[in-house]
Amino acid sequence: MKPRVAVFKFASCDGCQLQFLNAEDELLRLAGQVDLVYFPEARSRSLPGPYDIAFVEGSITTPDDARRIIRVREESRYLVTIGACATAGGIQALRNWADVEQYRRVVYPSPEFISTLSTSTPISEHVRVDFEVWGCPIDKGQLLAVTRSLLSGAKPVLPAYSVCMECKRRGNVCVVVARGEPCLGPVTRTGCGALCPALNRGCYGCFGPANDENMESFVKLLAQQGVTGDDAVRRLRGINGYVRLWRETADAIAAQKK
Amino acid sequence: MTEPMYMPKAALENLIALLRGDGYKVLGPVSRDAGVAFEEVRAVSDLAAGVRDSQEAGRYRLEPGVPGEIFGVVNGAGSLKPFFFAPDENLIEVRREGKSFKSSEVIPPPRRLAFVGVRACDLAAVAVQDRIFLHDRFRDTHYETRRKDVFMVAVNCTRSAPTCFCASMKTGPEATAGFDLSLTEMDECFVAKSGSSAGEAMLERLGLRTASAGEAEQARTLTDRCAAGMRRQLDTSDLPRLLYEQADSPRWKEVASRCLSCTNCTMVCPTCFCHAVVDQQEIDGNMSRRVRQWDSCFSLEHAHIHGINFRPRIEDRYRQWLTHKLASWIDQFGTSGCVGCGRCITWCPVGIDLTQEVAAIRASAIK
Amino acid sequence: MTTPYAIYPARITERRAETSGVYTFTMRFTDPGIRRSYRFKAGQFNMIYAFGVGEVPISIVSDPEEPEALQHTIRIVGRVTEVMGRWKVGDIVGVRGPYGNGWPVDEARGRDVVIVTGGLGCAPVVGLINYIFRRRDQYGELHILHGVKTPNDLLYRERFDEWRRAPRTRVYLTADRPDKSWHYRIGVVTQLFDELAVPASSVAMMCGPEVMMRLAARAFRDKGISEDAIFLSMERRMECAVGLCGHCQYREYFACKDGPVFSYRAVRELFRTTGI
Repeated sequence: MKPRVAVFKFASCDGCQLQFLNAEDELLRLAGQVDLVYFPEARSRSLPGPYDIAFVEGSITTPDDARRIIRVREESRYLVTIGACATAGGIQALRNWADVEQYRRVVYPSPEFISTLSTSTPISEHVRVDFEVWGCPIDKGQLLAVTRSLLSGAKPVLPAYSVCMECKRRGNVCVVVARGEPCLGPVTRTGCGALCPALNRGCYGCFGPANDENMESFVKLLAQQGVTGDDAVRRLRGINGYVRLWRETADAIAAQKK
Repeated sequence: MTEPMYMPKAALENLIALLRGDGYKVLGPVSRDAGVAFEEVRAVSDLAAGVRDSQEAGRYRLEPGVPGEIFGVVNGAGSLKPFFFAPDENLIEVRREGKSFKSSEVIPPPRRLAFVGVRACDLAAVAVQDRIFLHDRFRDTHYETRRKDVFMVAVNCTRSAPTCFCASMKTGPEATAGFDLSLTEMDECFVAKSGSSAGEAMLERLGLRTASAGEAEQARTLTDRCAAGMRRQLDTSDLPRLLYEQADSPRWKEVASRCLSCTNCTMVCPTCFCHAVVDQQEIDGNMSRRVRQWDSCFSLEHAHIHGINFRPRIEDRYRQWLTHKLASWIDQFGTSGCVGCGRCITWCPVGIDLTQEVAAIRASAIK
Repeated sequence: MTTPYAIYPARITERRAETSGVYTFTMRFTDPGIRRSYRFKAGQFNMIYAFGVGEVPISIVSDPEEPEALQHTIRIVGRVTEVMGRWKVGDIVGVRGPYGNGWPVDEARGRDVVIVTGGLGCAPVVGLINYIFRRRDQYGELHILHGVKTPNDLLYRERFDEWRRAPRTRVYLTADRPDKSWHYRIGVVTQLFDELAVPASSVAMMCGPEVMMRLAARAFRDKGISEDAIFLSMERRMECAVGLCGHCQYREYFACKDGPVFSYRAVRELFRTTGI
């Protein structure tokens, strides 16, 4: 019997699960390997669990979702989060530093219909996660590699070193050194193919922190480039701003200012 | 080799054309993305002429140079390394055959490459990598295939970047080996020398005349002056022993407080050879590639095995890199791993300078 | 021109569970030519490949005189070995090798031999012990010292008991944290060195945690054994096994091609510092 695979969506933009559809040729071959039994974005027929592999996109922002993810976990043998929202809380985790109650009153004409949590949190804060795929959006190649690894009965593995390594393998000219561009590459996890530096832009950290980083020295480097205070905080509190190390670094800079 | 020849600047066009006519893809320093890189040149106009590089620790800029000067840029981030030791290449393909499988080598396609404008330090670096990949116990067939059929046109340095220290490493500024032709650029002409029979034949086809004693002397003076004027220095005396003995120097911790462990120094280093082999399986599970990718001793996983990381701290890894480059490399391969090109200094985002680190370690050892 | 990375298929002909999570596989190259030409020395290792998943270095524990049936003891510790733990008889796996220098079994001939192992890393010395037993009259007294944290960590209990009964052989087993079933010694393996009486002409070989090996090497040196006759099997990340990938560097050495077995004289200085 082919493994039963499900793709679930929580608070997110759908961009990560779209990577399945972007896989095109590989998607067809993947379909020969697994039963995509639950994937509302791609097919209308949705089957109940249990599932062998559940891919989870999105963060937890509502009481309903907080309950739903527990059910997903119970029904799934292997749970993989896909993307910055599911893995780190996403851009919507900016609410974690804001007054959500105020937003609700200001934004919605009938705020009483809005049931929301005051935070956006990653899936791992709610249930056990077997593997995390980073990125905003995730990389198609990484998604397929993780899937293939699971089908081979092996724990997935993805590189967790800095973007710089991949950036230099590509032959990019370092934007920090040659242009003075602020770039999160040295502290960001590889996986995107060093897309932004390849286009002469600094990395903005959408794959989250690398597995080994020296934030103290990195913050000094930003300061040398004139990126301090609010500007530095904004760069760190981005798509993956709620990840502990970046959160603590940004909070420390914010506290210093006061 | 042959005597120095007088080569008018216009003859460079002819040289490129002849090489192309011989089936070489000609590569030279080309301006790209605020830097220079070795890329295909079809004519002299493709080269990064008339610009110079301004380098210091952690900073690189291209600036207007001297009109008429063709090889004004000392170097860019890219060396010749990626052409022979590819940053990302398929080594073997393993294909399922029933219950079994078959592994087959993926040989890079044959090609002829001619490099124009190679600096002495980079030629020395190629010799270092040749020693590792071709003349060790195991021969790397991929490197061997890529390294074959190469024509090297060196350019002797008449100007050094502030980050250069090839004179200390005895690899430059004048190329002494590993080239087919070497050129010294002067205001109006080159002085050309051959370094191989292929180079000699090329000089003949170019129809050059012998350089006058004065011209040859002037070329020599330019490179001598460049060597004498090189500000950065690395004292290599007693180097393996110094670094071995200073394995517990407090300096390692100090430099680790600045080091981002981003791996940039090792990626731009023309001799660093660490690589990982990763498995890339087709989604249907019928074929799997074993792919080699440049790796770095600065990555956390580099010395990690199940349950143990032998170099968990950045200070362990910086020490590994520097000690390997300048000391254990000599034990392993009979040559230093450093050619003095200065790339690790320029391209370190936080400007860590190995010559300063060695000096600091030396100073603290004397105390 | 053949790449040193070429992988050769081998068929598993036997699978034996040593203890939970440790299996010994017997494998034979499927290609008859390779099977006949393949030779190895005691203590060398092969790179073992699980299709599409990866390679790991595993020492060969079978006897060099029977190179057609290779035995590898694999402990399930990571993503690749987890897959290997599910291998069955008849499965085709990948092998390339042999690599490494192996144990100094020729140098040790005619002399007393002390073998020290600690923790779970004893598979490489089991091959060595078997080697000596098959040529028992070529070696002097044999002392086998083995320390574990808890009795559960003791692999090959029956074999240790069997070796204990052999002539001219002494076996010393010790556990840091014993339970009621434990009727051997109590304490760390290094405590055994005090009572060990061996001539200075002995050869010592060891495999296990670096701390243990460092203490053992010092103890043997204090007993007058030359630093050239004390051998340590060093563990490092071996990825290419041919001295090119750089991962297994141990200062000036590549563990894969210069080791994994080193004399104490060669590595003594390196023990001074952590993180090398």
